[in-house]
Amino acid sequence: MCDFDFGPLEAAYDYDAIKAAISRDILRSRKRRMWRYRELLPIDGEPTIGTQVGFTPLVRADRLAKKLGVRTLWIKNDTVNYPTLSFKDRVVSVALNRAKELGFTTVACASTGNLANSVAANAASAGLKSYVLIPADLEQGKVLGSLVYGTNVIGIHGAYDQVNRLCSEIAGKYGWGFVNVNLRPYYAEGSKTMGFEICDQLDWRIPRHTVVPMASGSLLTKIHKSYNELIKVGIVDSTPFSVHGAQATGCAPISHAMKRGTDIVKPVPKPETIVKSLAIGTPADGYYAIHAMRDTGGSCEDASDAEVVEGIQWLAEYAGIFAETAGGVTVASAKKLIESGKIPHDEEVVLCITGHGLKTQEAVVGKCGEPRLIKPSLREFEEQIYAKDTAAA
Amino acid sequence: MPSVRIPTPLRKLTNELEVVQAAGANIGEVINSLDQAFPGLKERIVDDAGNVRRFVNIFVNDEDIRFLEEKATPVKEADEISIVPAIAGG
Repeated sequence: MCDFDFGPLEAAYDYDAIKAAISRDILRSRKRRMWRYRELLPIDGEPTIGTQVGFTPLVRADRLAKKLGVRTLWIKNDTVNYPTLSFKDRVVSVALNRAKELGFTTVACASTGNLANSVAANAASAGLKSYVLIPADLEQGKVLGSLVYGTNVIGIHGAYDQVNRLCSEIAGKYGWGFVNVNLRPYYAEGSKTMGFEICDQLDWRIPRHTVVPMASGSLLTKIHKSYNELIKVGIVDSTPFSVHGAQATGCAPISHAMKRGTDIVKPVPKPETIVKSLAIGTPADGYYAIHAMRDTGGSCEDASDAEVVEGIQWLAEYAGIFAETAGGVTVASAKKLIESGKIPHDEEVVLCITGHGLKTQEAVVGKCGEPRLIKPSLREFEEQIYAKDTAAA
Repeated sequence: MPSVRIPTPLRKLTNELEVVQAAGANIGEVINSLDQAFPGLKERIVDDAGNVRRFVNIFVNDEDIRFLEEKATPVKEADEISIVPAIAGG
């Protein structure tokens, strides 16, 4: 952060030199990983941590498009990002490579779950000591998904913003590399690779609309930045695009500010939502996210817990993708943006789906039906299953 | 006097002191007395218009002053005030 006013720092690049050094052919000749775009990432040498991360599928979802009432729908599917099934592997890879270059031997983070999983896994494979600090009431999948890597999991009795505050105090006192505190300018840049890949997978063009879930607002601002950078270095044409934000209604400080027409983000003291991964009451990048949305003609929506569950179910039933609660927020918010005409029915939209559903099973347990139980008998199958289903059809 | 916890980036101005005492009946007054004792501190906490900077959080006994009365938030003798930079999430 800036030593003077504590504002976030931005990595600086020599875009003219990058423009001269890369081309579509050069990028395409490289491995299908996030490091394909390494000139636009803030590391000095070749990456040694997280070398397999990224290049998740961009899935055309025609059935979900029809359900949502939009012409063309793509899912950027980071539920299958390597190794911890969320987009956080992108940011952690950049942060840990930089941590290693800077000589840190202990890395840490404040997290709502996904970041903790990724720090734990990537630190384990790199042989770095790690501490992850999380709110004590996170989903079991997120807690276990950190513990299994042998990291130090510290559960804090408090909301994420209190965890964050403690981490900023610890980071100031000890020489640890906190990926989202003192390594944050590097960390945040990793999010750009999601945007780079989307354009690459659309054969080097920017999608007309992109819907992005928001906690701190960092991912949205970096996707916005990634599109502008690809224009700047001559890899894509400058075409109109809008980035839209999605939040959970129980913690929607950025969405509320957008709807009020201001860039002053009023913090939410006690987030109340099943979407724990987006439950950041004091979003550090909210101001920038609002300007990114406004500058591109984008909008913002938020979704209630019930709408989130429906969003998860629609994504699964109509696109075959099981996302965590943040994915439900994105689908449900996109539905509202399309219904209200903020995303026109005859245009194209990409939904950024950032984490796997197995991490937040609590949200849908008991809401997707139960298995029908029978004995291992053909007669029982025919009487209790096949006959009933045939009659119902 | 209330005590004030100083974040690392500002300790150059407080002779590396982590915690300092500062008089005042509310946050605005505390910031002014901090600036008298440690010149230059105020401009790091508030902007030219006198508002607490966008990326600075101030807590009185763990309560964010934005949920209280901002700079007019009253403080008592035994209160603990923390100045904490905003950081990103995940």
